[in-house]
Amino acid sequence: MKILVPVKRVVDYNVKVRVKKDETDVELDNVKMSMNPFDEIAVEEALRLKEKGVASEIIAVSIGLPEVQETIRNALAMGADSGIFVNCTSKLEPLSVAKILTSICNKIKPDLVIMGKQAIDDDMNATGQMLSAMLNWGQATFASKLEIQDKKIKVSREIDGGIENIEVNLPAVVTTDLRLNEPRYASLPNIMKAKRKPIDEIKVEDLNIDIEPRLEILKVEEPKSREAGIMVKSVDEMIEKLKNEAKVI
Amino acid sequence: MKTLVVVDHNNNKLEKSTLNTIKAALKLGNVDLLVLSDSCRDICNELIHIKNINNIFTNENDAFKNQLAEDSANFIAENFKDYTNILFSNTSNGKNIAPRLAGLLDTMIIPDVIEIVDKQTFKRPIYAGNAIATCKSKNKINIITIRSTAFEEAEIGNENVGKIQEIGSLTTNNQTKYLNSELTKSERPELTSADIVVSGGRGLGSAENFQILEKLADKLGAAMGASRAAVDAGYVPNDWQVGQTGKIVAPNLYIAVGISGAIQHLAGMKDSKVIIGINKDDEAPIFSISDYGLAEDLFKAVPEMESKLN
Ligand SMILES: Cc1cc2nc3c(=O)[nH]c(=O)nc-3n(C[C@H](O)[C@H](O)[C@H](O)COP(=O)(O)OP(=O)(O)OC[C@H]3O[C@@H](n4cnc5c(N)ncnc54)[C@H](O)[C@@H]3O)c2cc1C
Repeated sequence: MKILVPVKRVVDYNVKVRVKKDETDVELDNVKMSMNPFDEIAVEEALRLKEKGVASEIIAVSIGLPEVQETIRNALAMGADSGIFVNCTSKLEPLSVAKILTSICNKIKPDLVIMGKQAIDDDMNATGQMLSAMLNWGQATFASKLEIQDKKIKVSREIDGGIENIEVNLPAVVTTDLRLNEPRYASLPNIMKAKRKPIDEIKVEDLNIDIEPRLEILKVEEPKSREAGIMVKSVDEMIEKLKNEAKVI
Repeated sequence: MKTLVVVDHNNNKLEKSTLNTIKAALKLGNVDLLVLSDSCRDICNELIHIKNINNIFTNENDAFKNQLAEDSANFIAENFKDYTNILFSNTSNGKNIAPRLAGLLDTMIIPDVIEIVDKQTFKRPIYAGNAIATCKSKNKINIITIRSTAFEEAEIGNENVGKIQEIGSLTTNNQTKYLNSELTKSERPELTSADIVVSGGRGLGSAENFQILEKLADKLGAAMGASRAAVDAGYVPNDWQVGQTGKIVAPNLYIAVGISGAIQHLAGMKDSKVIIGINKDDEAPIFSISDYGLAEDLFKAVPEMESKLN
């Protein structure tokens, strides 16, 4: 069984991003970049399926500027077998990413795509669902547990009321939630080994896909900030403030 | 301009955030509603009194009982292609179905909208709410999910307003099958629409210790929430998680106990009207957004607070 894992290079989750003065974007110069945490969970899950003997091959794919090859290398260092780098200099939104991934799926025919439920930069939560729609495959979003039996995958999904269990025929798209697993760190020998693993390069132009953005970003601004409050000295003072000043209890 | 709101529900009751989504939709044009369920009647009885809506379309089918994205998205794509806007609440259902529908209709979804600037321009938070993007849509059909805490609820009157009409037919999917669910049972108010939320973090230390927080919540008639760390540690169920990748809440009062205040947590609660933080570390980041902070051991402060409230 072949698993495709899309990985995205994003601002590291520990960085508090700042809006640029000209309000066109957030500041990305000299900011630490990492693999989207949900994608690390996706890579980890694919590796576990391989270790169980369920999967035989794991391919990591990333789309963007040459830097995204670092992210592919991270996935290879964790244990993925090979990478696909789609070279693309234009800004991409989930619709275009889903189209590019559809074209790759049609070419390499994976049995399963495991990907993050959302990227922590644009917080879209969309690409996995769009991809499975375009491929006309089943989808299992927000996965916290999965199990493969024959040609089916059983998935526990985190939903607003608790957990939902579904069964999806393969091939399918799964999107990961936080509780699916705890990703491993790449060991030094594996980082060295990853340098020799193959990464195929594809030029986005060669795919003949319309990637013109449908959403034009007019402005990126700071959110409303909260005024700093006060520290109280005791529970009594807290209750007094809540009752008489804030009037919320 | 025809605007559709896809109603979120649990087959018996309306999901409250639908009212916020309808309110948002009314800014875009004439609003029709769509109910997909195995039993539409009770839900329609709630919807029929909402002011300013036109048609309530229904399709009653056993297959809709579990609201699989494959079925709902196919049905909507087939029957509502001629609409200009299709709105969902940004609930786990909306997040599951709306992007799939957008994929079928070749349109870029506009998720988690907090403000409608004009009929093609929308504001949405990015980077865990540390920035707000204004996006102008070039889509032919806008598929939008609405952050319910950013909009009021649609008004409900006494008259029967909406005209109920059964439409379409569903060809059920053969890809995905619902098995069962394990829903968290609770007598408390629903987290995303509660007036008061009491949230606990890793500082609670165990599932048993959460009981002291639950006592406080019950005294206040509050919903319970939690940080990711508390959920990951197994102290509380996953559906309590508040934050960037959990639920978004904006109650009148948010009480954060033993929560440090990571940006991912703040993203889910910083629009609360009043925030209080209880943390033994007087430099915890939670205090930088708290209206009232108390630097004390929670095991002392919480029981004391509970006993002094009447
Ligand atoms: C991709 C991603 C998504 C995430 N999404 C979310 C999300 O949606 N929601 C979320 O909450 N987090 C999320 N996180 C995690 C987030 O970064 C933090 O790790 C998490 O919020 C920390 O939880 P916490 O405050 O409970 O724990 P900690 O940061 O460990 O804080 C515990 C606090 O308890 C205090 N404390 C300990 N003992 C006591 C005591 N006896 N009395 C009083 N105070 C005490 C400590 O001083 C400390 O401040 C996400 C992270 C990633 C990478």
